[in-house]
Amino acid sequence: MNVILFLIFAAIAVVCGVNVVVQTHPISSAISLIGVMGSLAVLFLLLGAEFLAAVQVIVYAGAVMVLFVFVIMLLNAGVEIRQGRALLAQVLGIPLLFAFLGLMAYFTRSMFPSGRDVRFGEFHYGSAADIGRALFTQYLLPFEVISVLILIAILGAVVLAQKELD
Amino acid sequence: MQLWLIPVFPLAGFLLNGIFGRRLSKAVINTIAIGSVLLSFAWVLKTLAGLGDLSVAHTEQYFTWIQSGTLNVGFDFTVDRLTAVMLLVVTGVGSVIHVYSIGYMAHEGGYYRFFSYMNLFMFFMLTLVLAANYLVMFVGWEGVGLCSYLLISFYFDKKFATDAGNKAFIVNRIGDFGFSLAMFLIVVNFGSLDFGVVFTSVAGKPQGALEAIAFLLLLGACGKSAQLPLYVWLPDAMAGPTPVSALIHAATMVTAGVYMIARSAAIYAHAPAALEAVAIIGVLTAFFAATIGLAQNDIKKVWAYSTISQLGYMFLGAGVGAFSAGIYHLVTHAFFKALLFLGSGSVIHALSGEQDLRNMGGLRKKIPWTFWTMLCAAVAISGVPPFAGFFSKDAILAAAGRHAPWMYWLGVITAGMTAFYVFRAIFLAFFGNYRGKGHPHESPWVMLGPLVILAALSLGGGYFFKVPDFLSPLFPLAAEPDNLAPMLISVAFGLAGIGLAAWFYILQPDLPDRIVATFSGLYKLIYNKYFVDEIYGAAVVNPVVEGSNAVLWKGIDVAMIDGTVNGIGHRAQGIGGVLKKLQSGNIRSYAAWILLGVVVLLSMGVMGDLR
Amino acid sequence: MTGVPLSWYLILSAVLFTLGIAGFLQRRNIITVFMSIELMLNAVNLTFITFSYQLKQVNGQIFSFFVMVVAAAEAAVGLAIILTVFKNRQTLNIDEVSSMKD
Repeated sequence: MNVILFLIFAAIAVVCGVNVVVQTHPISSAISLIGVMGSLAVLFLLLGAEFLAAVQVIVYAGAVMVLFVFVIMLLNAGVEIRQGRALLAQVLGIPLLFAFLGLMAYFTRSMFPSGRDVRFGEFHYGSAADIGRALFTQYLLPFEVISVLILIAILGAVVLAQKELD
Repeated sequence: MQLWLIPVFPLAGFLLNGIFGRRLSKAVINTIAIGSVLLSFAWVLKTLAGLGDLSVAHTEQYFTWIQSGTLNVGFDFTVDRLTAVMLLVVTGVGSVIHVYSIGYMAHEGGYYRFFSYMNLFMFFMLTLVLAANYLVMFVGWEGVGLCSYLLISFYFDKKFATDAGNKAFIVNRIGDFGFSLAMFLIVVNFGSLDFGVVFTSVAGKPQGALEAIAFLLLLGACGKSAQLPLYVWLPDAMAGPTPVSALIHAATMVTAGVYMIARSAAIYAHAPAALEAVAIIGVLTAFFAATIGLAQNDIKKVWAYSTISQLGYMFLGAGVGAFSAGIYHLVTHAFFKALLFLGSGSVIHALSGEQDLRNMGGLRKKIPWTFWTMLCAAVAISGVPPFAGFFSKDAILAAAGRHAPWMYWLGVITAGMTAFYVFRAIFLAFFGNYRGKGHPHESPWVMLGPLVILAALSLGGGYFFKVPDFLSPLFPLAAEPDNLAPMLISVAFGLAGIGLAAWFYILQPDLPDRIVATFSGLYKLIYNKYFVDEIYGAAVVNPVVEGSNAVLWKGIDVAMIDGTVNGIGHRAQGIGGVLKKLQSGNIRSYAAWILLGVVVLLSMGVMGDLR
Repeated sequence: MTGVPLSWYLILSAVLFTLGIAGFLQRRNIITVFMSIELMLNAVNLTFITFSYQLKQVNGQIFSFFVMVVAAAEAAVGLAIILTVFKNRQTLNIDEVSSMKD
């Protein structure tokens, strides 16, 4: 059961991920990205991170990607026309990607030759209560700093995007 | 005893006159300059009186100059009888010449500069004489070379003066090179440069090393004392003011070489080959220079060649083992040669700058004091008894005769030639009719006074200052000769020279021209100084200059060194140009580079893991 | 019930990350590039939570939480920048925004 669920949602995630990269129109990429996030949320659930799965859907897929869609529509971004490519990125990038992938695979294999298997329901520390406890005791300082960070981001976004005062 | 005050008085004079001289009046400059030298002279007298017997050297150590490994060189002064003689000559004759200079330089520009350089020279010369080790002596040695250069080129707007200064300094440098090498060998063999240490431990050292040291010291002395083959700078040095010629190139600096050889007598006693070389060079130089002096027409050049010749006598004396005779001649030579130069200065001053003997004549009525004092010097240098030159020259010739008869005969002939050319100059200048166009007038007393003092010393100095007796604790006296024949022969040659000069220039004035016409080739050779300068120029100077130009400058400096340095700059620019392409402004290529970096790092991690 | 081997999650995360990089290097539209970056961040989140499971601690999830918050802030500011760039250059082509070159 776990395996089947994992395989389905992993496949969806990969297909949507490829779509993000391959699609020409930004809106299509955005929708695909939402798909990726959704499937990842399910995978989070499988790993026992209930709170985070919820946050992923509500905040990430629900707010951030909506923001993206707004901006795409605002800027009336059209289909991307393939003109002359940046040759360096092409020649250098793709082999590097494969190399990168290979290295990552190697590392995961070497680090976890005998990893635990993931079963739904075995992880007990992912509930909202647990996360809340951790956030407000051990990670209090980062929590507070993050709230200031959000404030700065809001201010920055407002300043950057406002109309020029004539 | 505060020996250091002896050189420091003139040093203070140099500093005061050098720094403030531009704003001081002539009277103040005179006071500082003359006063400092007189103070030095007075301090010498006080020191010598206080030290008494001086059969043992008195040394004062001031501070450690070099302390490196086993080599320890201190800045030390020492006084023994030899030093005492030199100190008295330097400060005594120096003071007299300084006084004379007040009158001679009265109308010249750069008055304060002249006196500050003269004081600086006194400082270095006294350091040289007082030195207790070879390195301090070298300081003085180099310093007097520097002052000689400064003073020869005193009229720096005249090219022949600056050329002469350059020539003096460069030729001296060759000698200094020999001196330096000798010092290095001394350090290697003796482990110290101190006179006391070196001279007491000579006996056990390898013969080859001692000979090498002695020859190299001789090279240094040849440079400084203008012997063959490094004498060429002295005649040109006459471009400087006459007091400079008198002080530096007659009485003091050029005698430094003789002093150094006498001081190193212990080394030379164990290096017979080098000592023989000293004598041979001395006697050959004496003869050679005297022949050139026969034909010169510039009065100062006559005295210049005479100085070279007399220095040859001093070297001859040292070379045959009669060091005290050489020093004796040094002292008497200081008296009469300085007088001859100062007297000529008076003549030149009287004639408002004329130096050519052919334009003089009949001056003995017009400038009598100058005439009589110069006559005293002339008889002294000709070896006429009982005046100063007779005693010293006779001592040298006697020693030479005991050593090698050919040296004696060469010396005697040279003595005859000396008498001839000296009196030739005297007769041409003071007798006959006046051939020039000026209005000769007598010099002021500030110039005549020193002439009188030096004349008295020239006449009586040999009799009253028996230098070899004084130096006997250092240099044992030779036995008195049993027959007087050598002495009589040399006196006879001297008188014959005077007589010949009188015949040529007073009795039959046209005889010299007839002889010149007959022996015109030989005369040309002598008159042109045997073309030595030209030979040196073609054989040594030109190749060096051309070589420097073509090879060292164009080949090495421009091509290699500039090429390398500039090349580094170009390479850096080139590499920068290549690296510039990284900054394309293209964000995607930046990302690609970052990815490349990450992959490289991970690969390194993998390598580490695999190992 | 059989479980899913942990390494599969990690490999999935690696694949998604690589896809993100590919998009970042390939695409020319600024917004699409930005979305590729978001994809990379998601992949990293998956990794964190996987390791949190492995180590039986909640720290990985907390970290993932912070990543999400920062990603949100970054998205806000980044999009504002993109808006400004569009206003000034009238282009969304990343290759044309290259005036920082030499």
